[in-house]
Amino acid sequence: MHIVVCIKQVPDSAQIRVHPVTNTIMRQGVPTIINPYDLFALEAALELRDKFGGEVTVLTMGPPSAEDSLRKALTFGADRAVLLTDRFFAGADTLATTYALATAIRKIGDTYGAPDIIFTGKQTIDGDTAQVGPGIAKRLDLLQLTYVARIGALDLDARTIEAERRSEGGVQILRTRLPCLITMLEATNEIRRGAMKDALRAARATIVKWSAQDAGVEDIAKCGLRGSPTIVKKVFAPPPRAEKAALIDFGSRSPAEALIEDIFKRQPKLEAELVTLARGF
Amino acid sequence: MIEERFDAIVVGAGMAGNAAALTLAQRGLKVLQLERGEYSGSKNVQGAILYADMLEKLIPDFREDAPLERHLVEQRFWMMDDRAHVGLHYRSDDFNEERPNRYTIIRAQFDKWFSSKVREAGATVLCETTVTELAQDAYGRVIGVRTDRHDGEVHADVVVLAEGVNGLLGTRADLRERPKPDNVALAVKEMHFLPRETIEARFNLKGDEGTVIEAAGTISRGMTGMGFIYANKECVSLGIGCLVADFQKTGETPYGLLERFKSHPSVAPLIEGSEVKEYSAHLIPEGGYNAIPQLYGEGWVVVGDAAQLNNAIHREGSNLAMTSGRIAAEAIFQVKSRKDPMTKENLSLYKKMLDDSFVIKDLKKYKDMPQLLHIQSQNFFLTYPQLVSKAMQSFVRVDGTPKTEKEKTTLRSFVKARSWTGLFGDAYRFARAWR
Amino acid sequence: MSEPAKTPTPAGRAATKKELPDHFKGYKHVWVFIEQERGQVHPVSWELLGAGRQLANKLKVDLAAVVIGPEGEATRQAAAEAFCYGADLAYVVADNLLTDYRNESYTKALTDVVNTYKPEILLLGATTLGRDLAGSVATTLLTGLTADCTALDVDADGSLAATRPTFGGSLMCTIYTLNYRPQMATVRPRVMPMPERVAREPGRIISHPLGLVEDDIVTKVLSFLPDRESAKSNLAYADVVVAGGLGLGSPENFQLVRQLASVLGAEYGCSRPLVQKGWVTSDRQIGQTGKTIRPKLYIAAGISGAIQHRVGVEGADLIVAINTDKNAPIFDFAHVGIITDAIRLLPALTEAFRARLSPHARDRIAS
Ligand SMILES: Cc1cc2nc3c(=O)[nH]c(=O)nc-3n(C[C@H](O)[C@H](O)[C@H](O)COP(=O)(O)OP(=O)(O)OC[C@H]3O[C@@H](n4cnc5c(N)ncnc54)[C@H](O)[C@@H]3O)c2cc1C
Ligand SMILES: Cc1cc2nc3c(=O)[nH]c(=O)nc-3n(C[C@H](O)[C@H](O)[C@H](O)COP(=O)(O)OP(=O)(O)OC[C@H]3O[C@@H](n4cnc5c(N)ncnc54)[C@H](O)[C@@H]3O)c2cc1C
Ligand SMILES: Nc1ncnc2c1ncn2[C@@H]1O[C@H](COP(=O)(O)O)[C@@H](O)[C@H]1O
Repeated sequence: MHIVVCIKQVPDSAQIRVHPVTNTIMRQGVPTIINPYDLFALEAALELRDKFGGEVTVLTMGPPSAEDSLRKALTFGADRAVLLTDRFFAGADTLATTYALATAIRKIGDTYGAPDIIFTGKQTIDGDTAQVGPGIAKRLDLLQLTYVARIGALDLDARTIEAERRSEGGVQILRTRLPCLITMLEATNEIRRGAMKDALRAARATIVKWSAQDAGVEDIAKCGLRGSPTIVKKVFAPPPRAEKAALIDFGSRSPAEALIEDIFKRQPKLEAELVTLARGF
Repeated sequence: MIEERFDAIVVGAGMAGNAAALTLAQRGLKVLQLERGEYSGSKNVQGAILYADMLEKLIPDFREDAPLERHLVEQRFWMMDDRAHVGLHYRSDDFNEERPNRYTIIRAQFDKWFSSKVREAGATVLCETTVTELAQDAYGRVIGVRTDRHDGEVHADVVVLAEGVNGLLGTRADLRERPKPDNVALAVKEMHFLPRETIEARFNLKGDEGTVIEAAGTISRGMTGMGFIYANKECVSLGIGCLVADFQKTGETPYGLLERFKSHPSVAPLIEGSEVKEYSAHLIPEGGYNAIPQLYGEGWVVVGDAAQLNNAIHREGSNLAMTSGRIAAEAIFQVKSRKDPMTKENLSLYKKMLDDSFVIKDLKKYKDMPQLLHIQSQNFFLTYPQLVSKAMQSFVRVDGTPKTEKEKTTLRSFVKARSWTGLFGDAYRFARAWR
Repeated sequence: MSEPAKTPTPAGRAATKKELPDHFKGYKHVWVFIEQERGQVHPVSWELLGAGRQLANKLKVDLAAVVIGPEGEATRQAAAEAFCYGADLAYVVADNLLTDYRNESYTKALTDVVNTYKPEILLLGATTLGRDLAGSVATTLLTGLTADCTALDVDADGSLAATRPTFGGSLMCTIYTLNYRPQMATVRPRVMPMPERVAREPGRIISHPLGLVEDDIVTKVLSFLPDRESAKSNLAYADVVVAGGLGLGSPENFQLVRQLASVLGAEYGCSRPLVQKGWVTSDRQIGQTGKTIRPKLYIAAGISGAIQHRVGVEGADLIVAINTDKNAPIFDFAHVGIITDAIRLLPALTEAFRARLSPHARDRIAS
């Protein structure tokens, strides 16, 4: 079985700061990480490989430095890593990203064997759209299972797969055909810690690097900024609230009483509503 | 266990470990370097000043692509009391040279770059791998390391301990003593982000010029300690450190000290309006020459902070780390090229070479300083700064008091606070320790 | 579908000027996808009709609802309701193959209606269903899609200006799809205010066939396990929410939050670290990667107010923060703050509310 996992290297958003004057992202010193959601996809893929045999190829489109993330994926136990990197890919929105990734996945299929399953994370923490997975599926004309919480029966002969998919208000149990694309839900598994031999192999592995041309991109105009129908026109810091919180000065009163007084003074209708809402006393 | 054997395993990818691994790999040895952090530098804390000379010995053309912040053209020393500082200020255009001598750096970035050079030289570098203990044979000889990875024991002819100030591996294996609280300082540091132009205006800099301020005085509340402020490109590193033993004694908190330092009227305007990003705490070995542990043994050597090689007076650490790492690697290479085993006796070559270098010579020169400052900390860090500040104020304030009167008052205040013998004693001891 | 012809672009740069190709010029009107699953319309659809109404008014075009679902009452009802929330007309694809949401059938249905009736703007809820569908539809149509918007507007030349947080909420950006149609956007539940429902007769309804048979659809729904009623949280739509963060110190102390919520008839929530530590289940997480809430009263105890948390609560009418640290960022956006130990205040607050909201007090207010 051949599984491709798409991972993205993202800035650790917890550590991003915005330049107070120019409103631009200060990237200096902001570490990059593998998009946390993608680790659930990677682990799901590794588990399937361990059970059914085969190979896991990790794929990312990004700057040359994204090699670090791929190497890390190898440390966890992936078998092969492909870095899609080219200045033509810069500035891609989801549509252009899916074009490039779908093209690369086709090439991976030609080179290393057709994939049976493609995994992506649910979403990224920088793009945050959850659209790249569905987009790749569409481009490759694959069936898609999004928000998958668990993978059930996989029958490689019949080429079917069952999965539990989170939907609003419940879980759908779906069966579909291979090959398919799965976007994995968070908190569904825990990424393993690679064994020493995986770590050693990863440290020395050569990462396959493809330019747009290497990957077989036919129309460069569909890549990167040029291939992106959406345009970011304006970037700005969220408007700060005009005033800071009014601090309750409870003086000699009990803090709880003082706070409740203040709440009801600000929201006079709330008390009556709460009385209706409140059930237990 | 891993079948594959290495010539050398380097534990830690800080300054010392990177220097050692790089040198070993450059000499063609098969090197495995293990680092517990996510990447080299991810856990490392430093002011930080980089000394070019020691790095040039490893990577002559480092200026081409190393992530350097600013080259230093200026050094300020401040003696502070609660409201004032008396300063010494040295700035020279000579430092705007083609190959500047000192730079500020951000360790997280710098170490990452350094590590990429180690990889390029051919070493196998594994991050997120913690060495849990040394593997020893029945005779106690070090034969490799055990790690926290599954099947994670790896063997090598020699292990270079570059694990930083804690030195846990060596102590756990009973190869050396644990560093004592009065031999280590705890430093806390913050990074304050500001627009580049603001930093340049506030510190009087242009282009990539940089400045550092070292500060001592009542800010450390009578404890042995120092504050520092380094201007980087788009942030100011600022911190303060004091001996761990003093913290234990006084009950002061590092963060409390840092807060006070930051709100000092001489410091606050420099960082006003900044955004604080990183807060970190780290130990610094301050015991000097007398605290240096056993540096080599059967199958192992220890380098950098792990070997307590740090010159607290000059705030030099990374250069001693780099140099000791390089020298250890060169010694190992020599033993290896003679096809000799990595025995204690053969590895004593490292100590010999280190003794001949500036590392041990410098540390020897100041060998009494840490103790002096420690024992007399009340005087050096509380009494004198206050007295000096008062004297300066009296000197510059124009208020109709006759000058001779002023001088007399000042002198009287010194004597009253410290007594003649005390004053002379301190001056004498200080000069002796410096010599 | 054939790809839209590219207008010439300056080398290496996408055109940042509007030069809408001719074949897109006929795309008109604002559409909102009405999401229903198992007979229930997701409230986000009404919220979007509210937002869509304003866009349509500005553009002086119609607002249409697109209802996709099984034949029968539920789908008919959903279309009828859409008029009460402001739709001028509704497109309906009703087919029993659409009983369960499946990407293939829904993508086909929505793409066909779009290609036939050509909207200029298409809005969907950023729910699991909406995101699944929007991604495939946008890629099929080869148009732009702005996900997770927090504000929508049309600017002077009639383009949709979709604003969304980026870099984890540290920045906002406004995104345009200038030269492709439709301009698609998804919006999270509770980001837009719920419009008032006005009883109205249904207007024009246009039915569109699905044109699929079951054999065309590969993916089969084997079963559906609804969430346990008791575990279901109505956090996003609650009028009062009490939440706790790491400042509570232990899972036991989180009980204090639950108790206060219970006395107030409120829902409880938490910051992300509590989910990561396993103290609270993930459906209770509030923030960027959790739920967006819009209650009348939000009480946050021991939460520092990181940007990722903030973006999920900013829509609340009244934010009350309990924190021991006067410099905590939550005081930058809370309306009311109290600097005190939450572990001590919460039980007192629970008692005080209980006393005040007791049957006795109820009489007092009624009189
Ligand atoms: C606040 C501060 C300011 C300073 N300012 C300066 C300055 O301006 N100039 C200067 O020259 N020096 C300065 N120093 C000193 C300097 O930082 C150190 O001397 C230098 O970093 C020592 O390098 P090292 O490689 O020995 O240790 P470290 O840099 O501490 O590296 C040790 C490495 O080993 C890793 N490690 C530890 N244990 C294990 C294990 N069990 N398994 C695997 N990996 C492990 C650690 O993660 C770390 O990466 C400063 C120090 C501090 C704290
Ligand atoms: C990609 C990404 C997505 C994220 N998404 C979310 C998200 O959706 N939602 C979310 O909440 N976070 C999210 N986070 C995490 C977020 O960055 C913060 O780390 C998190 O919100 C902090 O949680 P906290 O406020 O509970 O904890 P802390 O930041 O540790 O704050 C605890 C607070 O409690 C106060 N306190 C301590 N003791 C007491 C006491 N006794 N009484 C009162 N106050 C006390 C402290 O002063 C402090 O302000 C995300 C992070 C990332 C990187
Ligand atoms: N540049 C990229 N390279 C590889 N995979 C990506 C890239 N961008 C997004 N993905 C995948 O698509 C998923 C959804 O991303 P997004 O639509 O940006 O939220 C991620 O979890 C990744 O698995």
